[in-house]
Amino acid sequence: MKEEKPSFKEALRKSGKSMWMSFPILLGAVLLVSLANALIPKQAIVNFFGAVPFIDSLIGAGIGSILAGNPVTSYVIGGELLSQGVSLAAVTAFIVAWVTVGIVQLPAESMLLGRRFAITRNIVSFVFAIIVAYATVIIMGIAGL
Amino acid sequence: MKKTEKSYAGWYFLGIVLLIYAAVALFSTASFLSGLVFFWQIIKKIIPVFALVFALLVVLNYAIRPKTIVKHLGKDAGAKGWLWSLAGGIISTGPIYLWYPLLNEMQKHGVRNGYVATFLYNRAIKPALLPLFIFYFGIAYTAVLTLVMLIVSVIQGYIVEKIVEAGK
Repeated sequence: MKEEKPSFKEALRKSGKSMWMSFPILLGAVLLVSLANALIPKQAIVNFFGAVPFIDSLIGAGIGSILAGNPVTSYVIGGELLSQGVSLAAVTAFIVAWVTVGIVQLPAESMLLGRRFAITRNIVSFVFAIIVAYATVIIMGIAGL
Repeated sequence: MKKTEKSYAGWYFLGIVLLIYAAVALFSTASFLSGLVFFWQIIKKIIPVFALVFALLVVLNYAIRPKTIVKHLGKDAGAKGWLWSLAGGIISTGPIYLWYPLLNEMQKHGVRNGYVATFLYNRAIKPALLPLFIFYFGIAYTAVLTLVMLIVSVIQGYIVEKIVEAGK
């Protein structure tokens, strides 16, 4: 059976309705991201790191999961952490988690993509932030880069 | 159509966030104002992306048939589907949450959860930001990390899909 093509007006109406349903969720997400940025002082992040590389990776992934915003900010903080002597694995876990895990956006993601999907995706991405960090560092070491 | 509890969930969520702002304003006016300044900066930046997502939604609802979506991004799409979601994630722009409405619509059209997860993971790889990343961390590190993330994006998409399906 051939599918009936909707009119442009119908497509516009359906898309507008979809965006309107998402509007309060998106607005709430932007507000939460803004508040997280205002409340968490970036300069204090280095104080969270200790001397144990694996624990530092967990801390890096944890902080990266909570903070949100432009990835450029994570590069600047990551560069600063490296210069302060934080391990490359911890900094990598921090940068990767910053862009792949979103605790602040989790309510919005749950409401629009499904709670089970959102929670699973964020947990798996958190674990992979640490795996990616160590894989990158190990490959760099093996290749002598 | 009768409004369901779910259709109000977004407004409840926004209400809770506004209450949090009110609480912050009570305890720290500086943090409250700083949050608002940041909020305004983000809003100014995301308006074009918001328009882009809306335009893509219209295209999706008007020109692309559900059958076509299922063919390229459904259960039997295979490697092609992973490649589409990988490329889509890399070229998409703006904050991650702006893409949720479009992805939600695509989920309704039968797009695999694994592809959605891979799309979201690859939003971490932004060609426009690579020069800056190289400036901070060097070309070798950037190349290795990008390659590892591309491979992992498919693996994590597959794992997310299996876990989500197992719970159904």
